[in-house]
Amino acid sequence: MTNTTDPNSTSSTPVNVSRFVRLLRSLGPLLALAIVVLGFAIADKMVGQGRFSEMRNLRVVLVLTAPVAVAALGMTLVIIAGGIDLSAGTAAMLCTTVLACSLNQGHSVSFAVLLTLGVGATCGLTNGLLIGLLRIPPFIVTLGTMTIFLGIAKRLAQGSTVFVERDRIPDWLSKLSSTMPPDWIGFYPNIANGVWLAILVAGLVAILLNQSVVGRQLFAIGSSESTARLCGVNILATKVLVYSIAGVLVGVAGIYTFSLVKMANPVEGIGRELKFIAAVVIGGGSLSGGHGSVLGTLAGATIMGVIASGCDQLGIQNSTQDIMIGAIIIAAVTLDQYRRRRREAA
Amino acid sequence: MIKPTAQPILSMHKIEKRFGATQALKGISLTAQVGETLALIGENGAGKSTLMKILSGAHSPDAGTMMLDGQVFRPRGPHDARKLGIAMIYQELSLAPDLSVEENIMLGQERSYFGFIRKSQHRLRVRHVLSLLGHADLNPERKVGSLSIGTQQIVEIARGLASEAKVMVFDEPTSSLAARDVQELFRLIRRLQTQGLAIVYISHFLEEIREIAHRYVVLRDGKSAGDGLLPDISNRQIVSLMVGRNVDELFPKVPHSIGETVLDVRGLSGVRIPRSVSLQLRSGEVMGLFGLIGAGRTETLRHLMGLDRPTSGSVLIRGRLGGSTPQARIRDGMGLVSEDRKGEGLSQSMSIVDNLTLSDLKPYSKLGLLNLAKRRKEADRWLKNLSIKARSPQQSVNQLSGGNQQKVAIARVLHQDASILLLDEPTRGIDVGTKAEIYQWVGELAAKGKSILFVSSYLPELMAVCDTIGVMARGRLREVRRTQDWTQAELLSVAVSTEEESQSK
Repeated sequence: MTNTTDPNSTSSTPVNVSRFVRLLRSLGPLLALAIVVLGFAIADKMVGQGRFSEMRNLRVVLVLTAPVAVAALGMTLVIIAGGIDLSAGTAAMLCTTVLACSLNQGHSVSFAVLLTLGVGATCGLTNGLLIGLLRIPPFIVTLGTMTIFLGIAKRLAQGSTVFVERDRIPDWLSKLSSTMPPDWIGFYPNIANGVWLAILVAGLVAILLNQSVVGRQLFAIGSSESTARLCGVNILATKVLVYSIAGVLVGVAGIYTFSLVKMANPVEGIGRELKFIAAVVIGGGSLSGGHGSVLGTLAGATIMGVIASGCDQLGIQNSTQDIMIGAIIIAAVTLDQYRRRRREAA
Repeated sequence: MIKPTAQPILSMHKIEKRFGATQALKGISLTAQVGETLALIGENGAGKSTLMKILSGAHSPDAGTMMLDGQVFRPRGPHDARKLGIAMIYQELSLAPDLSVEENIMLGQERSYFGFIRKSQHRLRVRHVLSLLGHADLNPERKVGSLSIGTQQIVEIARGLASEAKVMVFDEPTSSLAARDVQELFRLIRRLQTQGLAIVYISHFLEEIREIAHRYVVLRDGKSAGDGLLPDISNRQIVSLMVGRNVDELFPKVPHSIGETVLDVRGLSGVRIPRSVSLQLRSGEVMGLFGLIGAGRTETLRHLMGLDRPTSGSVLIRGRLGGSTPQARIRDGMGLVSEDRKGEGLSQSMSIVDNLTLSDLKPYSKLGLLNLAKRRKEADRWLKNLSIKARSPQQSVNQLSGGNQQKVAIARVLHQDASILLLDEPTRGIDVGTKAEIYQWVGELAAKGKSILFVSSYLPELMAVCDTIGVMARGRLREVRRTQDWTQAELLSVAVSTEEESQSK
């Protein structure tokens, strides 16, 4: 018995405020990104060497951000559906390791790439099935699979780092994350192929989220699983699908990582999932499900990339970067909660 | 022994409270006297809860004054109000199941010595309080979770006594109790009166109120609609005070005729409840389900809908045994409106259009992609036809009033064009105008040949809306009769009938 509302109350609420707030809400993370970029650009002009604002640097930032962004897009789907994937970091590195090993064994490149994506999908499928069938909280399931994937990757890598000889790496794979301008594009923004691919992926994820039946269903599951059930949403199938898609994107992130460093060290995957989660959260995703957006996540991932780059340019220590990113995560969530609470009080 | 006196221990004067755009309380005054029970009556949404939340310190009033025991009473929060002598007994008990009886009673008022609890003092106090209530036999060491609901309520009352309450508020205390426990509760309340407490008693059941209370205050739309002595007013008069209109206007009649059996349920059983429920629902029939809370009405609907898995029994829809998942049920034309509007009935953070269409996205999808414009247009049409007050279909559901939310929840079942509608307390917590609209819809649906199973705890609406009424008790469907063959007293007595047969505690 909490209801004391007057039937006429809705008609008297101001109309334009909500639309404005909604716009601000979706632009919030982008606004934060603009502020961060502007801040570093000004600081760099004043005390740095002015390299931050160069196109070259933009290419570097984006190329380094792409793997985080793509995996974070998958994480966005998972988080909107009310889940979490702690295994994404080690799964991504498992994918990198699989790619490195299969290239080393002389498999064809297309086979190696398909295998890598397949391994990513299988990781996600496993998570989805365990969560859906055993009804164990996603946090616990993926905490378990996180370690399992790490173990498998270590075994594949035989306990060390897998190096791949240059001539075994196809040209397009190296160029995926190149910091040089791609040769097919003669105008700005001449950013790497991988970044374009990431933008394409983001577009597809946005369509999935906003325009598809599955998108509505995963929002429904995240905001209230019992309501979704009541409405005939197949919870198990949707969850398995969501985690599998996230798995494929983790595979893509694994390929990006390989194209960046041309080797695979399974241990480097540990903790990487937190970056993916941070990108989603900075972008307005809620760990209790039902909230999150593609634009927000992209902005969140880019903010972290810009901070890392900007600090490098200004000669600010790595430790300071960590503190800044941490503070931004907390600030983003605080702001989001404040807005949500005000909305509910209205 | 303190005799009832005319001196009020509690007075609330012209209390006002506003939430956002909603004026929840528009200047309500009431007084409670030592040794008496004041009945607070009103429909859900009339302002009872808000008023009691102000009394208990959970909200602070925008205007108005309160006096408690001759002093100005302005609690800074729930804890403060409790220390000053206000005890609340809610329908949902607020006990910690893993703590003992003693720990629960002393929770928040522990006597300690440098942070160490003084156990012997606790024990003395708890024994004293329990014996005041006539329950000295209750073992203070027992875990509260292992006690029956009725006994848990005794613990809750004991907690109020231990905090030296002057006013004890009972908010729908009997809704989850068995008949025997109700009598025990009334015995306790009479005892509390003689201990010098004033009692405020909130309930829907007028018979109950007559049994325990002396005076009444009726609230409607945040205002006081009337007050006086209970012997001076009839039940019908109280109901018209509550709804503010004639009883006939509230329940519009739509003529409809009953056809063939559509839903045939045989021996449906769950893990605990329901127990072997069999019923036949015909096209154009509105069947009411009455019973106490926990009697198994909600569970019956959930098992029918496939939300809970039946352990035995069969559900035939138009003579066919279909799949028993919610998806299959929706395909077979079944739709459920949940009693838990906030948690289950609606996806609160999603928009109206999302909620409206979630159970049937097919008309808008091609290859898994949605035609958003078409969907929005359709939602617009529904909002208009059902006069749902919203800024746009994109507005999120949690910004709507309770009545409009409930309309959206029902609209979803209409949108999916269900032919068997399971409505679980569809009018709870909403305003009178919307109630009348929902009764109208139910009648119109029946006239179109749809079948409706209508669960409610509110007898007047069941009697007015339903063609047949079944009564559930302890997980079983005891009896189904045509509505005109029931009296309210008979319905109530069947609802509590099984208590003699199988008494667990």
